[in-house]
Amino acid sequence: MAFGEWLFAFLFVFSFKTTTFAAHFKIYKQTKIREMNNYELMVIFTPVLSEEDYKASQKKFSAFVKENGGKIVHENPWGLKSLAYPIQKKTTGLYWVLEYSAPSDFNEKLKIQLLRDEHVLRFKATRLDKYAVEYNARKRSGVPNATEKVEA
Amino acid sequence: MAKANEIKYLTAIKTEKRAKKFCRFKKYGIKYIDYKDGEFLKKFLNEQGKLLPRRITGNSLKYQRKVSEAVKKARQMAILPYVTDLLK
Repeated sequence: MAFGEWLFAFLFVFSFKTTTFAAHFKIYKQTKIREMNNYELMVIFTPVLSEEDYKASQKKFSAFVKENGGKIVHENPWGLKSLAYPIQKKTTGLYWVLEYSAPSDFNEKLKIQLLRDEHVLRFKATRLDKYAVEYNARKRSGVPNATEKVEA
Repeated sequence: MAKANEIKYLTAIKTEKRAKKFCRFKKYGIKYIDYKDGEFLKKFLNEQGKLLPRRITGNSLKYQRKVSEAVKKARQMAILPYVTDLLK
């Protein structure tokens, strides 16, 4: 075979490979963006909020999750609870736990919103693994988790 | 003359045999440690709110790490105190 033919064959294979790789990478990136993760958000609101304000704040953030392509799994307002140590000179806080699934780039946006809000004392978003999701589902349905069996 | 190390007893001396420690997470099949459950996490803390070592609780390394992470999260969210006296 002549050198030209070799070159042609090589180029053909090489170009084919690069294009498929690029296409695969594109698809991978798209799926990565669309991929939803399970998260849990815990927010401590200031205790000075009235019942309506507390509800309105909850609604604000749950609506924000929905707007950005997230799905709400469960909401759990714990209500007024005493803090283990004072935060911003307050000894109690209104706790609120939200379980949701959202794209991986969502939490950064949520963080900005939470930091801007003056009613929020503190917040934490945790990524839930499959065991955590299972645990929360069991807890919600009232089936005792194994932790309750354990004695000190 | 009998030397001190040659003394033999007719019955074996009773030595207290401690029960072997075990990892409760492995034994009861707990896969996830919830940071929201402060009462449960208190089992792994001493009276000052410090984490108990594995030496005492018997946790396996994998779950000790998860416990410590859960405790740290709980402390951040004011569910558990950072420092205190008479936690229990």
